[in-house]
Amino acid sequence: MSSSSITLEEAAVPARTETLLSHHFDDVEQQSNASILGMWFFLATEVMFFSGLITAYTIYRALSPEAFRLGSLHMHVWLGFFNTLVLLTSSLTMALAVRSSQLGRRDRTVWYMVATAVLGAGFLGVKAIEYSMEIEHNLFPGVNFQVPAEDAAALAEISATPEELQQNLGHFQIMFVLYFFITGVHAFHMIIGIVIVLIMAALMKRNWFSGNGTTQIEAMGLYWHFVDIVWVFLYPLLYLIDLSGGH
Amino acid sequence: MSAPAIPSDPPADYLTDHTVKSWLLTGDHKRIGVLFLISVTIFFFVGGAAATLLRLELMTPKGDVLASADAFNRLFTMHGVVMIFFFLIPSIPAVLGNFLLPIMIGARDMAFPRLNLLSWYIYLIGGLLGIWILIFGGVDTGWTFYTPFSSMYSNTMVVTAAVSVFIVGFSSILTGLNIIVTTHTLRAPGMTWFRLPLFVWSHYATALIMVLGTPVLAISVVLVGLERIFRVGVFDPALGGDPILFQHLFWFYSHPAVYIMVLPAFAVVSEIIPCFARRPIFGYRFIAFSSIAIAIFSFLVWGHHMFVSGQSMYVGAIFSVLSFLVAIPSGIKVFNWTATLYKGSIRFDTPMLYALGFIGLFTIGGLTGLMLASLAIDVHVHDTYFIVAHFHYIMVGGSVMAFLGALHFWWPKITGRMYPEFWGKLSALLVFAGFNVTFLPQFLLGWLGMPRRYFEYRPEFQVLNVMSTAGASILAMGFLLPLVYFLLSLRQPRNAGSNPWGATGLEWQIESPPTSHNFHGPVLVTCEPYMYSPEEAEREYAHEQLVHHS
Amino acid sequence: MANTETHIISVKTYLMVFVALIALLVATVVAAMLPLGALHLPVAMTIAVIKAAMILLIFMHVYYSPALTKIVSVAALLWAALLLTITVADYFSRGWLDILGK
Repeated sequence: MSSSSITLEEAAVPARTETLLSHHFDDVEQQSNASILGMWFFLATEVMFFSGLITAYTIYRALSPEAFRLGSLHMHVWLGFFNTLVLLTSSLTMALAVRSSQLGRRDRTVWYMVATAVLGAGFLGVKAIEYSMEIEHNLFPGVNFQVPAEDAAALAEISATPEELQQNLGHFQIMFVLYFFITGVHAFHMIIGIVIVLIMAALMKRNWFSGNGTTQIEAMGLYWHFVDIVWVFLYPLLYLIDLSGGH
Repeated sequence: MSAPAIPSDPPADYLTDHTVKSWLLTGDHKRIGVLFLISVTIFFFVGGAAATLLRLELMTPKGDVLASADAFNRLFTMHGVVMIFFFLIPSIPAVLGNFLLPIMIGARDMAFPRLNLLSWYIYLIGGLLGIWILIFGGVDTGWTFYTPFSSMYSNTMVVTAAVSVFIVGFSSILTGLNIIVTTHTLRAPGMTWFRLPLFVWSHYATALIMVLGTPVLAISVVLVGLERIFRVGVFDPALGGDPILFQHLFWFYSHPAVYIMVLPAFAVVSEIIPCFARRPIFGYRFIAFSSIAIAIFSFLVWGHHMFVSGQSMYVGAIFSVLSFLVAIPSGIKVFNWTATLYKGSIRFDTPMLYALGFIGLFTIGGLTGLMLASLAIDVHVHDTYFIVAHFHYIMVGGSVMAFLGALHFWWPKITGRMYPEFWGKLSALLVFAGFNVTFLPQFLLGWLGMPRRYFEYRPEFQVLNVMSTAGASILAMGFLLPLVYFLLSLRQPRNAGSNPWGATGLEWQIESPPTSHNFHGPVLVTCEPYMYSPEEAEREYAHEQLVHHS
Repeated sequence: MANTETHIISVKTYLMVFVALIALLVATVVAAMLPLGALHLPVAMTIAVIKAAMILLIFMHVYYSPALTKIVSVAALLWAALLLTITVADYFSRGWLDILGK
């Protein structure tokens, strides 16, 4: 492959499909393998990043299961359901985007990637609505946090001593600390994902990728699916602890 | 893009382009290694300055050198934070791993050159934040940031420190990612896993720990920061939190982190010993597998830092047993290195002095580690100078000596110049002697009950403390001398030759300093590593001396 | 090591997995509404793990990936489980001895 600079006319023509090879790789396959492997190990670091928070969640939920149950009843189950649907759909569109790029269908790839980003943005919009409602109800941890009266009463009933009640009330707040923090970190990852997906879609549209951009989009797809998997665990852990209504 | 014509005489090496832009925007793993070398060296001396002040204060039982106990707290915290996060963790992997790994496997660069450069910039940002903290008041929580002091009561720049550590952790993760992917995908034809130098195996194991452990540290410091900012009680007992949870999250990383600091040292020793004993390494596969075993088992023992914290005794007992087991792979390595020396033709050049010193001092550190793994003993010596001495034997007697040995061994390759051998040997001896005089008394102090992180102590401890400070001054000289002679060596012409030590390994088959792309053509590996022979040794050595020394 | 995709998954497969994921999502909500008591957590986590496995294997192509990819994905989850299990073991086993604070 010996093309040097691209002139403007060449850019308008359907792009080359030979991928640019960095000097330190022997062939395109090696280069692609390295990128995908790198993304997988990066996802391993992300798993560990979330695992610290999941550990904190597990400990505190085990210490005060009732406080966590009561706390989760303040979550908006159906908004969360909708969001999970949206995110799963965005994973589908992302997978289809990867597939389209493998088949060299650039326009379709762009379309699917934009759809993915839009769905992701929808997720974030709903999340913002949820946050604002929770903040309004004094459920954001910190100086404005208030344990709702009926929950405080319920916790008082199951606490044997005043110290235990204090612990339970504290754990009620910790549930919200973890809720806001974990979903916040998740949302942060989504924002980064949406931005990069949009940038890649734009680059794809301009035929910027030397090949079909398959490796890059596949790597991005892996990241996106990972963020989806995290939510698959977060939804039941935070929203669906126990909706059966009675104990 | 067509390549520019390569000038035939003299060949350009990776150091040739002198522009600032070519250095700050480089993708060349060798330059990034040099950039890291400069940065970690600066931080080493910053941490060393803190240590000097600490030892000066500790010469007398009363607090009289520093302004207050508070100043002392900030100093030992910054000493720990700087030395661990800004020096030890990056040192060998980011300097020598970056420089040597691609060459050792027959590659032209690391898998992700731009991420490599990014890792240096991220390190710098975190490091500069650390300097900022130093100037504007410091942190007084100890490098361990234990809650609830750090999250609720400390009046120092804890959040800034948390951010700094968080940032520098990403540098570590990126380095680890690069090492792993490079080792998997860029080995030259014929370079099978079991033909790799053990340097590569150990760095691979290190990278595994970096990748799997560092994110948990990140979360633990972020939680402390959150608690400080929002006062939310994640670690506040009055609000239902548990301070021990912080310790679990913190030590889940920080114990494997000590193996991040020592596995690269093992890597270096595994290269130096065979070369200067002129014998193939004894038990190659044992050393390779034990490196991986250490990486895995290191994640199972973190609770031995928490024996007296309030964790359950059952779990404590399990951690104790596992901590005994994790010593086994390290022991295997020590036996293998020692066996490599047997019937070898041993030369006591500077790198070898450091490597031999490493074996002795690491063994002492490791054996005292076994003592600490025993729950019953640890209960008595926890938070005393026994612990301080133990980890300094590993980190300084082990890692720092290996780092220095590595610098001397590979200096001719990195710069094309030789260091002066007399001064090298002198420094090695000063470091060894100074180190032992500094830290051996600290074992005794800990055993006698002197607590760590205290600015004053009982008068009966003074003699040993004075001895320790005296040793520290010798140690300081041992560290300062190489700074001087290494820098001075750069004024010489680049005439060290491609293989002054007669060593095996791909890095010694190319020029010193190497060209930008390392190799001039495709690489094919056909032989096993460490093909040394003691009988050939004298002949080779004489030949090298003749050819390469002016 | 061949990580590049030689196998292109059909749209039909993706859609089938998607439908299954939605079905499992509904199942997990329904399960939360049933009076399962202490079983809520195991049931919810089991469903979540199945969903995650489907996303991993098909959407993330792990099923068609080389062994190293499979090892990495499993190892990451294993390591998270390690942190979780041993830490929980501490809290779980406190107070087993009649010694104050242990």
